[in-house]
Amino acid sequence: MSETHTVLPDQAPTLATAGGEPSAPPPWRALLRWESGLVLVLVATLIFAGSNTENFFDQTDIFYIGLNMGEIAIMALPLTLIVMTGEIDLSVASMLGLSGTLMGYLFQHGWNIYLAMAVALAVGALGGALNGVLVTKLGLPSIAVTIGTLTLFRGIAEIILGTSSVTGFPLSLTKIGVAPIQGTQISYSVAIFIGLALICAVVLHATPLGRSIVAIGLQSEAAHFAGIRVNRIKFWLYVISGLVCALAGILFTLKNASARYDAGTGLELNVVAIVLFGGVSIFGGRGSVAGVVLSVVIVGCLQQALTQMHVDAQVQNIVLGGLLLVSVIVPNGAEAMRRIRARVRPQARPPARAALDPSPPISNGRGSA
Amino acid sequence: MTAVTDAPAPAAPPPATQRMLRAEGLLRARELGIVIAIVVVFALTTLNNHAFAHTHSVQQLLTGASLIALLTVGETLVIITRNVDLSVGSVVGLSAYVVGDVFVHHPHTPVIVGFLLGTLIGAAVGAINGLITTVARVPSLVVTLAALYIIRGIDAVIVNGKRIDPVNVPSAFTAVGYETVLGVPWLAIIVAAVVAIAGYAMRSFRSARDLYAIGSNPEAAALAGVPAGRRVFSAFLISGALAGFAGALFLAEFATVDATGGAGYELLVVAAVVVGGVAIFGGSGTVLGAALGAVLLNTINQALVASRISSFWNQAIAGALLLAAIAFDRWLGLRVARRLKSAEGAHRDV
Repeated sequence: MSETHTVLPDQAPTLATAGGEPSAPPPWRALLRWESGLVLVLVATLIFAGSNTENFFDQTDIFYIGLNMGEIAIMALPLTLIVMTGEIDLSVASMLGLSGTLMGYLFQHGWNIYLAMAVALAVGALGGALNGVLVTKLGLPSIAVTIGTLTLFRGIAEIILGTSSVTGFPLSLTKIGVAPIQGTQISYSVAIFIGLALICAVVLHATPLGRSIVAIGLQSEAAHFAGIRVNRIKFWLYVISGLVCALAGILFTLKNASARYDAGTGLELNVVAIVLFGGVSIFGGRGSVAGVVLSVVIVGCLQQALTQMHVDAQVQNIVLGGLLLVSVIVPNGAEAMRRIRARVRPQARPPARAALDPSPPISNGRGSA
Repeated sequence: MTAVTDAPAPAAPPPATQRMLRAEGLLRARELGIVIAIVVVFALTTLNNHAFAHTHSVQQLLTGASLIALLTVGETLVIITRNVDLSVGSVVGLSAYVVGDVFVHHPHTPVIVGFLLGTLIGAAVGAINGLITTVARVPSLVVTLAALYIIRGIDAVIVNGKRIDPVNVPSAFTAVGYETVLGVPWLAIIVAAVVAIAGYAMRSFRSARDLYAIGSNPEAAALAGVPAGRRVFSAFLISGALAGFAGALFLAEFATVDATGGAGYELLVVAAVVVGGVAIFGGSGTVLGAALGAVLLNTINQALVASRISSFWNQAIAGALLLAAIAFDRWLGLRVARRLKSAEGAHRDV
């Protein structure tokens, strides 16, 4: 009896936060707060970088930051949209590897390089469609599906090239790895990223399609009953993700002037981390392209600064992980404190009692509950 | 699977028992299916290459699957509660190196201390994961993804470019990695024991059944008075401890560790768990199934090698298999849901 009484009122706020009850003002306020927080982090990062390294603000650094982050940043954009719908795509880095491998293989066999690129892009869209069909038509959990295609795509790349690598791409193309766009300090990949980010931002925040994506993430069933073609939108988002990741694979290959099957192995988690640090809720329905762009810039600057300070690349992981942790704890922490205080006052109970966030890793399972 | 969780609490007991029986039969069928798949792969490969059935080859098969199978036990507990633990690979690396480092500096450390230390390191990480997930109510995918990076980074700081070499690891410790009892590798015996204990507990202990309740329907579990926070915390704690233990076994098996030990294991483990029939959204699945999933994936890998099919095919086949496994699960779930629904309708009409 008393159990029911103590737990019931506690469930309401949980649902509201994790399940995303569409209560209009709070999400907006939280969003604003989150991005201003990111701006502060960015300023802190720049101050940190400026005071700990020499010539951080040299123009070459801007180029190298862009060069390092470009492909990850590009892949983060479609993933942002997918995560906004409450799904996930872990196959992005494998698609990057597959597309680069395919392009290299075809080029090696005498294909025209642009034709090879076109095939790589088409295969990217096809791979995305496979994800999309499995998730929307068969209704399989996207986290499991894309772990499967992560292995599958990488495996196909391995079959194609084995341990060999392809080099000898035309210099006019591989120069994107050493030189910025003429007259600027922006790498080609960053230019593409900026273009795609603008498109994504407009689509997500200013079109009915974008609002549909948010609605799907907040409450998939309600969106369905409101006439939104949930499955069709999700399907095409996966296709776009595959296509864009294939593009990233082409850029990655040209940048390194070599195609290998294991290019970008493990990058999927970096991409996910960037999207989440950008304030996109893993349960969908909340987030912004601006946040993800800020997240890309922060991580890029931080990595560059730490590299200049001769911090080992593996050790830099601590910073990335720390940022990720802070990014989820800070918004939820304040609420947790409130809850704990409210709980402790009436009857002294340990805070961990009903403190499970019952939401699944991704949103699908919520529907059945 | 969803069918079982979706079914409303029935008014009369008979259909409930029936349903339980059917659900249990399904699970058993699932494990049987994996065993059959393992046997088929094994038999086909042996027909092709008789050396595959040699004692040494089979021992290798068991040893190779052991670490991932051990990790699936903890991961299963976590996934059953609708969470996920992505930090296991990093924990394996950290634990393996720290234990190795202790042996470097104190060569006469007893073997058991090595294993205890590894387990404790893992338990500490698991406790932190569990605390953050339950107290701050933060999605575990994000928490453990962050932990994956942080632990790997801490590992890199400790390793600092060095490496543990076989000469530094006491032979009594590495013996666990390669010695056999009656032809069965120690590693496999240890892992089988852990799977047996966990499997029994998951069937029979009330606290373990709570994990299923939490994963099936969090609200209902809360209303039923299940201390969800404590249970989920325990699941993470156990997952971490087993990952730490697996790290010590990693050292025993390979006797050499650098900063990349165990990297990428997390996805292998999740893949094995899913192939093993554990629902990624929680509420159903068994420890035994997950461990068998790990054995199946490893058997296929080795079979490809033995069949002289280029090892380049490994990953693609593993990926296709994983997709087939989850699609099959879904098909099975839909079929059962339909049957349950029609059975329920008939019952109501009467």
